[in-house]
Amino acid sequence: MLLIYCPYCEEERSELEFRHGGDAHIARPTNIADITDEEFQDYFFLRDNPKGLIFERWRHIHGCGRFFNAARDTVSDKFVMSYKAGEPKPNLSGEPTATEKTVETYEATEGTAK
Amino acid sequence: MADQALRKAPLAGRHGGSAGARVTPAAAATRLSLRAGEDAIGTLSLAFGLELPRRPKTSASVSGRHALWLGPDEWLLIDENGTDLMGIASGVSALHSATDVSHRNTAILVSGPDAAGAIASACPLDLGNTIFPVGAAARTVLGKIEIVLFRSGEEDYRVECWRSFSPYAFGLLAEGAEDAGL
Ligand SMILES: [Zn+2]
Repeated sequence: MLLIYCPYCEEERSELEFRHGGDAHIARPTNIADITDEEFQDYFFLRDNPKGLIFERWRHIHGCGRFFNAARDTVSDKFVMSYKAGEPKPNLSGEPTATEKTVETYEATEGTAK
Repeated sequence: MADQALRKAPLAGRHGGSAGARVTPAAAATRLSLRAGEDAIGTLSLAFGLELPRRPKTSASVSGRHALWLGPDEWLLIDENGTDLMGIASGVSALHSATDVSHRNTAILVSGPDAAGAIASACPLDLGNTIFPVGAAARTVLGKIEIVLFRSGEEDYRVECWRSFSPYAFGLLAEGAEDAGL
């Protein structure tokens, strides 16, 4: 079972208690009435969907109920860290990211299982 | 005889469990969903006669009245003596939100040496003695529903759930109690 650290409960809890809330640190334009349709589309609909490190909003909906942010590796599904909503985006540029080779999948182990 | 609506408890008459873990419907109680900011905690604690807990997964209990920490500004208050908690809240002028959930919730008591095992059959929370000691409380899940779990004694747990989900919760816990005893 995947465990996620909740910065408000201050401990790791089961993924069953959490809900994903989309990308974090998306700033709403302050001049929302002035921007073009294309700029609005960029802000509102378009996401990077990176392979590797991503910053996301998560909600501990079946626990303390709080929204918080987390850095997750989209290849390994590893949660690198989580932090309270409103806190600045941490600099994790030195953090090693996973490659497909570091991830154990059913398909990868199936052939060698005896 | 006058026509009179009879109130029927959602789990009336049910019993289950095993020699190691008894599963019983809890008696009726009054309950409050309480939300308040840091500055109102002191006043509310005085009014309710117990210190509202500020740490995750903790609770405070005074003679049948319990305050369970659910979130940084959220508590579930339970009064087993049926005291009018809304009446107390309405006398507090400090900014807060109180909602009577006495009849939204019902509770199931699980007790005995295998009680933790019975609950763990459907609940992902770590129920070990150091991480979930007597007095610990948390909102979590049981199977497919949300519950609030409160450890009221060494071998005693109170499972609070929404009343319409209670037959499901009761069935799961009764099954878990039988499995935990194997
Ligand atoms: Zn939490």
